Amino acid sequence: MAPLLEIDGLKVQFSLRDGLVRAVDGVSLAVDAGEVLGLVGESGSGKSVTGFAILGLVDPPGRIAAGAIRFRGEELVGRSEAELRGMRGRDIAMVFQDPMMTLNPVLRIDTQVVEAITAHERVSARAARARARDALVAVGIASPDERLSAYPHQLSGGMRQRVAIAIALLHRPALVIADEPTTALDVTIQSQIVAQMQALCAESGTALIWITHDLALISGFADRVAVMYAGRIVEQGPVGDVLGAPLHPYTRGLIGSLLGGGAPGAPLAQIPGLPPSPINLPPGCAFAPRCPRADGTCATAPDDTAHPGGRTVRCWHPHAALETVA
Amino acid sequence: MTVSFESVPTPVPARGSGLLRLWREFAESPVALAALAGVALLFALALAAPWIAPQNPYDLAQLSILDNKLPPGAQSIDGLTYWLGTDDQGRDLVSAILYGLRLSLLVAATATAIALAIGAVVGTIAAYFGGIVDAVIMRIVDIQLSFPAILIALILLAILGKGVDKVVIALISVQWAYYARTIRGSALVERRREYIEAARVLALSPARIMFRHLLPNAFPPLIVVATVQVAHAISLEATLSFLGVGVPITEPSLGLLIANGYGYMLSGLYWIAFYPGLALLAAILAINLVGDRLADIMNPRLKR
Repeated sequence: MAPLLEIDGLKVQFSLRDGLVRAVDGVSLAVDAGEVLGLVGESGSGKSVTGFAILGLVDPPGRIAAGAIRFRGEELVGRSEAELRGMRGRDIAMVFQDPMMTLNPVLRIDTQVVEAITAHERVSARAARARARDALVAVGIASPDERLSAYPHQLSGGMRQRVAIAIALLHRPALVIADEPTTALDVTIQSQIVAQMQALCAESGTALIWITHDLALISGFADRVAVMYAGRIVEQGPVGDVLGAPLHPYTRGLIGSLLGGGAPGAPLAQIPGLPPSPINLPPGCAFAPRCPRADGTCATAPDDTAHPGGRTVRCWHPHAALETVA
Repeated sequence: MTVSFESVPTPVPARGSGLLRLWREFAESPVALAALAGVALLFALALAAPWIAPQNPYDLAQLSILDNKLPPGAQSIDGLTYWLGTDDQGRDLVSAILYGLRLSLLVAATATAIALAIGAVVGTIAAYFGGIVDAVIMRIVDIQLSFPAILIALILLAILGKGVDKVVIALISVQWAYYARTIRGSALVERRREYIEAARVLALSPARIMFRHLLPNAFPPLIVVATVQVAHAISLEATLSFLGVGVPITEPSLGLLIANGYGYMLSGLYWIAFYPGLALLAAILAINLVGDRLADIMNPRLKR
């Protein structure tokens, strides 16, 4: 069966005065129906831009320079704005990082939920409001009627993110792109939201791309994980394999720098150096300058290589799958 | 003893608390409060003019040419006291000022409201679409603003001719650009907010995003600009009428009353120009004071 979403060699570039920014530089990934994909990477690694590109929301000076994005087998790149709009929110929805910012401060919650419904369906005002109420109940909001007539600033951060999730799931989309939706929340609220979202998506068979830099969160509920570095996916595979026995030195470094790994009092493991500037990236492996295993071959960029167990890695000197994390 | 948590009601904040807070801050300045009272009084007088004015200065049958240029406090033949005197047509100046104020405020308010609507829509469109749309609109605004307002208004009135509606058109065409520029600035900031991105992800139509989401959030700075622009509109209308290209001579606004009395100033008949001038000054001053206070309380940088 063809995957629900298939991205092939996607390149997104921003032409700025300082030069060409290759924010996404040849990303290929696939998401099956109902699957949860964790998209992991540091800030600026291109994970959010990938999400926006799927929705066709790359604004100038950015543009999709190359590649294909197929949703249910149909090509999305190059579609007209009208066609993309018919799909946004209905087939593919998005949840953003900061719930303070994604709800319009001057409109009441009911207005915002109802207009999301009527963007795709012709329903009566009463029916739309009833559905809005049901949607809030579904994401675990108590006293939905009061919340519906509230303004965003009258709700707590967790409550706002629940509303944002309710809006995203209104049309039972086949795919939800969640761009760090729990980063701005308390840890306790965070786990509630994740559990809720997991349950709702499992119930409706919605696939999920969960963009995050939180490996611990991903290990809990993603099926597969893709690790991005400087606009490229450096490693991809089932979540247990990738996090348990990483092949790429970068993934290994990321896991090593998680808190709680070492003995108490021991210095934290770090990846030396900084991520490269995305402007005019040098040829070759982008991670090479920070990589303990780099040598002369790394001056040319490695290609995706398949490994057993449905894994790919982009490295000349991958770790052996059986090596455990030090 | 058992404590029940279920009976605790969820507090729902009072609606309109933002406006209430704004009002409290506004009222902290006694000067602004007095100015606001003045504006309210002037508007009330202007609205009630047909009922409170001793005579209708537009109705030539009620005027007596024999009563022309009477000093303040003089009596007419039929016992009417001219508290502020009469002008060269024998018009009671109290009535003429009330009607003139009515006309001046009507012209200024109408022109401001329409110019505000046009400017807000055009500026929002420029900010939302950006690129070439933005460039074209904002260059038109720049060209418009590089000419003095009075010059554009004079040229327009020379082409259109006299009349209250023509003055309104002239005022609109010199003022919309201010609003367009102001709202574009604040809409550009709001445009980058995530809720706009979120609205696009929800596939809301561009018109809905612009006018339902972007415009209301970008609007507050315009309130200040609009208040100040009402005062500008009043003075510009007065200037145009003073120069004789504004309202028709049969329906004098404050500016025209001043112009009528100006020639008699040096002959000692000061009241014909002086009292309408005082009314004009009071209106502009009061509105400007209110506008200044609004600008102060809406500027987050001036918050203590």
